[in-house]
Amino acid sequence: MNSIILRAGTRYLAGVLLLFSIYMLIRGHNEPGGGFIGGLIGSTGFVLYAIACSVGEARAALRNVPPQNIAMAGLGIALLAGLGAALAGDALFTGQWYFINETEDDKGIPLSTVLIFDIGVYLVVFGSILSLVFAMEEEI
Amino acid sequence: MSADVVGDKPLSGGASGVLCALISAALFAFFASFLPQITAGETVRLAWDWVPSLGIALSFLIDGLSLTFALLISGIGALVFLYANTYLAGYLHFDRFMMFLMSFMLAMLGLVLADNLIALFVFWELTTITSYLLIGFGHETKNGRRSALQALFVTGAGALALLAGLILIGTVAGSFEISEILAQGDVLRDSPLYIPILILVLAGAFTKSAQFPFHFWLPNAMAAPTPVSAFLHSATMVKAGVYLMARLYPGLSGTEAWIWTLTIAGDFTTVFASILALKQTDLKQTLAYTTLMALGTLTLILGQAGGYAMTAFVTFLITHSLYKASLFLMIGCVDYGTGTREANILGGLAKAMPITALAAGLAALSMAGLPPFVGFIAKELAYAGSLEVPSNVYLVAGAALAANALMFAVAGIVAFKPFWRPAQMETPRSPKEARWPMLAGPVILAVLGLIFGLAPGLIQESLINPTVNGLMGSASDPRELKLWAGFNVPLYLSLATFGLGFVLYVVHPRLRGALTASDAILPNFDRGWDRFLEGLKGLAAWQTRVIQPGVLRHYIFATFVVVLAAIGGSLILKEVFPGLPDFSTFAWQNFALIALMVAGSILTAATRSSITAMVALGVVGIGVAILFIVFSAPDVAITQLMVETLVVVLVAVALLRLPSLRLQGVPNWRPLDALLAVGVGTSVTVVLLAVLDTPLDLSLTSFYETASWTEAFGRNIVNVILVDFRALDTFGEIAVVVIAALSAYALLRTTNDPDPDHPGETPEGDAR
Repeated sequence: MNSIILRAGTRYLAGVLLLFSIYMLIRGHNEPGGGFIGGLIGSTGFVLYAIACSVGEARAALRNVPPQNIAMAGLGIALLAGLGAALAGDALFTGQWYFINETEDDKGIPLSTVLIFDIGVYLVVFGSILSLVFAMEEEI
Repeated sequence: MSADVVGDKPLSGGASGVLCALISAALFAFFASFLPQITAGETVRLAWDWVPSLGIALSFLIDGLSLTFALLISGIGALVFLYANTYLAGYLHFDRFMMFLMSFMLAMLGLVLADNLIALFVFWELTTITSYLLIGFGHETKNGRRSALQALFVTGAGALALLAGLILIGTVAGSFEISEILAQGDVLRDSPLYIPILILVLAGAFTKSAQFPFHFWLPNAMAAPTPVSAFLHSATMVKAGVYLMARLYPGLSGTEAWIWTLTIAGDFTTVFASILALKQTDLKQTLAYTTLMALGTLTLILGQAGGYAMTAFVTFLITHSLYKASLFLMIGCVDYGTGTREANILGGLAKAMPITALAAGLAALSMAGLPPFVGFIAKELAYAGSLEVPSNVYLVAGAALAANALMFAVAGIVAFKPFWRPAQMETPRSPKEARWPMLAGPVILAVLGLIFGLAPGLIQESLINPTVNGLMGSASDPRELKLWAGFNVPLYLSLATFGLGFVLYVVHPRLRGALTASDAILPNFDRGWDRFLEGLKGLAAWQTRVIQPGVLRHYIFATFVVVLAAIGGSLILKEVFPGLPDFSTFAWQNFALIALMVAGSILTAATRSSITAMVALGVVGIGVAILFIVFSAPDVAITQLMVETLVVVLVAVALLRLPSLRLQGVPNWRPLDALLAVGVGTSVTVVLLAVLDTPLDLSLTSFYETASWTEAFGRNIVNVILVDFRALDTFGEIAVVVIAALSAYALLRTTNDPDPDHPGETPEGDAR
């Protein structure tokens, strides 16, 4: 597709979508959002970029990391997050929580394996969709 | 490197061969250390829990029967490893061969020692797989591959039946521990499931031990290297079926069904195999058929009852393993030294290969059943047992007489003729004696046959009596092994055997001609197997053509017909006719939304333009997403929106390349499609209305509402469920996502010619 307006707009829109997807990912535990949605939003950014410019440029924007590798890495991260429970002696995939600066009535900054797991989900969705879309765009 | 020159070959194949031989010898010593305990009438049991919830344990039992087998396996194993270390020295994949053979030996030991039905089955299948790998060791040849697959399929199919039979036994007896089951006496025989159990277990045993009509795989299995033939397909693995029948003998035997099935199968296999043995000219094939005969004889004996029969069973088991392994290894030496195994070519080898000739002679005398070898004692006992059978004396004793006479003749063909008759034609290599590691096995095993014959007391108290006691369940049944039992019927039968056998040996060249001529008339199971496989492939091709014609709309049509039949059918059968819900509280915006979605659907179905159809379908999807927002499910709504967007993009990419929806020459299915669509839509609507009619159980919702924050520190219940409460499910799902993406990626990347310069040149037909 050859549209200067779309291409110019996409450069900014794709970035905003990516940023927004990370926002959705992080806030997911308490507000609407999460890894699935974040991954979907993030991938639409790159899909848009691939349509407006070209798949080659979209791949370059990913630093030429094959999207399927991202998906597999995500699966690995999710698994590691689940295995982390073993360190605490809990069952597989039991969430582990650490609260920084915890006080009586404030939990402080929460860190958890659950978030890592969600990042894994994000990457799986992101990578899977992009490997499909890129392959289709290139082949058809 | 020329493999033809014997002198060039190294003495040892490498460290792995020596190591395997040492391990086997150590195992033999370990098992031998149990002899005093077993002689004293004790048993040893070891058990670990494996899957306790299913009653499956890794338990081992050492009693007379299992110790006899374990000693044969590890002892012959040590000699075979020593032999193979020289025989296969310098071969490609030597280490791999040793690993396969070692895996087999350990699996076989597990099989005979297991005291749990499921553990036994696992080891059983491990021997099947290792046997497959070993037969297919020469996988470069078509015949090697075919033989390996045939053995795998036949024994594997039997093993499936066996698994069903073992599970039935476990269910009937309430335990999977063999010793516990057998201690319950008649529980299996009295069960209404006895006949199914018997059929299934015997299907496993008969295929493994190559009983007629499953015998055809064993001669083909001789495609394996000679040490494998000696070890697996003669001395040990093929006896697994016999072992199983013996192991379950106390629980299953004694009924009419047992006696007659085993008698007839054993009878037929014995006679049939020994006649065919006479026909072969390849000495290894000859021995393969005599192995079939021996397995038939063991089955035949197990179909009997009484002390003589059971004593004969154990004695013949040991005897056969000794002489047959020795003969197989001897044939390997001949093959190694002369380059051929053809009976018609070989002759006059005694001068060049004196030690091989000696081992062959000793083993063959035991096989022929001549005194003072242990083979004679085994034969006398078998005759004595056959005279007191509950089925039919003439049937059993007659078969035994015929088979033994033929064995006498075959022993002469295999071990006398090649060595002592005058030299015939030129052999491919000038005959040369084998190296000592290859001679050790045949000589030791053959000499043992003589020693046990002269001093049967060596195995009487330690192995035979405990085994017979275990089989019969009483201490009074074992019969004494003796060379001279006086003038009795078995002795006369033996003399008749020798006479008949000698005649057969003399006339065998003429018999062979007649048998070869009759081959064209008789049914050939090996060719039948090929036809069976061809038929199976034909059936698969036919059903693929019918069910998978390659037209997408047929698939989708068939899928929805099934959905309609399943859902609509059960709705009608269960008489589910829910009433309409109350629409009075429905906000007008919802009606507007529904109208939008209906309009979108109609447009999708009606339009002839693919782009319009796609956009219209997108409208429906967006409508659904808005509906989610209206009913306050923001997470689902966002997901729906994103998925809808991506689907439109993907479909657009694909559809832009597709031809118009109006295809020329395709019959108009649309009325039928419409009918189906209305049917599916109606039944789904009825299901949803029925769901609304049932009161909603909110206990799960309230659990998550309360636990979400207190236990998982999250307020978004959907997300908390996904990443915390049901994280394992999510993990499974994302694994599926990755696999699906990779598969689709692979498909997209392989279907088209990867020519990046001309992406548009894909043939139109491929895109449909």
